Amino acid sequence: MSQYAEAQEEIELEHHPEPGQYVKIAVILAILTAMEVAVAYLDALSDVIIPVLGALAIAKFAMVVGYFMHLKFDSKLFRYLFVTGLVFAIALFSIVLTIFFGSLGGPAPGGPGG
Amino acid sequence: MATEELTSAVQEHHTSTGLDNTKMAMWGFLGSECLFFGSLISTYLLYRNQTADGPNSADLYDIPYTSVSSFVLLMSSLTMVLALAACHRKDQRGMRAWLLATALLGMVFIGGQIYEFTEFAHEGLSLEVSPFGSSFYVLTGFHGAHVTVGILMLLLLVGMSMFNRLGPDDSRKVELIGLYWHFVDIVWIIIFTVVYLIPS
Repeated sequence: MSQYAEAQEEIELEHHPEPGQYVKIAVILAILTAMEVAVAYLDALSDVIIPVLGALAIAKFAMVVGYFMHLKFDSKLFRYLFVTGLVFAIALFSIVLTIFFGSLGGPAPGGPGG
Repeated sequence: MATEELTSAVQEHHTSTGLDNTKMAMWGFLGSECLFFGSLISTYLLYRNQTADGPNSADLYDIPYTSVSSFVLLMSSLTMVLALAACHRKDQRGMRAWLLATALLGMVFIGGQIYEFTEFAHEGLSLEVSPFGSSFYVLTGFHGAHVTVGILMLLLLVGMSMFNRLGPDDSRKVELIGLYWHFVDIVWIIIFTVVYLIPS
């Protein structure tokens, strides 16, 4: 390994969590998954199921990206690259759903395959 | 080595960003994959209620079964990050064991998906029967294909390590494949919520 690569890796590793911390994060992720499944079955939460499940999924997503993929500790440039893709994906998602369900009233029931 | 010296060594390198190009490319690729899966998830949401004469999601989905699959994939992210940690410690045996564990968990997930697809096919859900069937199989099938590619890459890493083709200094290779694997996991986090848990 070149001196450059070695130096860069040492800088990155300075902030990475220890294996014990990874296990704690995995336990939290498992608890969040159990909570998601419980929420899906609870009739009392049926009115708020989408925001609650959305929040739990975002929390899990952020923990995996931040800690397991080390985006929380790595260069901001990597963060910008990934977040740009994510923002475009959310924009695409919003535009498509708005067009179909907002302006056009959704895909016609008698449409292709409908 | 002191942090100042390390920073200086990095800055002396001639990439314009001072960052590793392969890792930059991987993050760019993962950003583009967000768009790919974003479009597939959008399509699924559009057509999830268009079941034609075929079965609907309420008839098919087995939430406890899929929850176990999700848990397995989530834990594979832990074993992957432990493999990288072992690699950084220059612990080749530990790295191989964790990589193998990750690949095995991935195989369990794929086995579960094959079983699920078979059950759904028996229930009458095919690619052609309805827009719901098409969008479901395309979304989850592409995810499964990504997991399969990840398993192959993990096994390749294990093989390279066993034949001394992956030295203690090649941690970047493990890290890049790890990033891909974690990405596959976060895509499933979204699919599990949007496809299986949120009712139609």
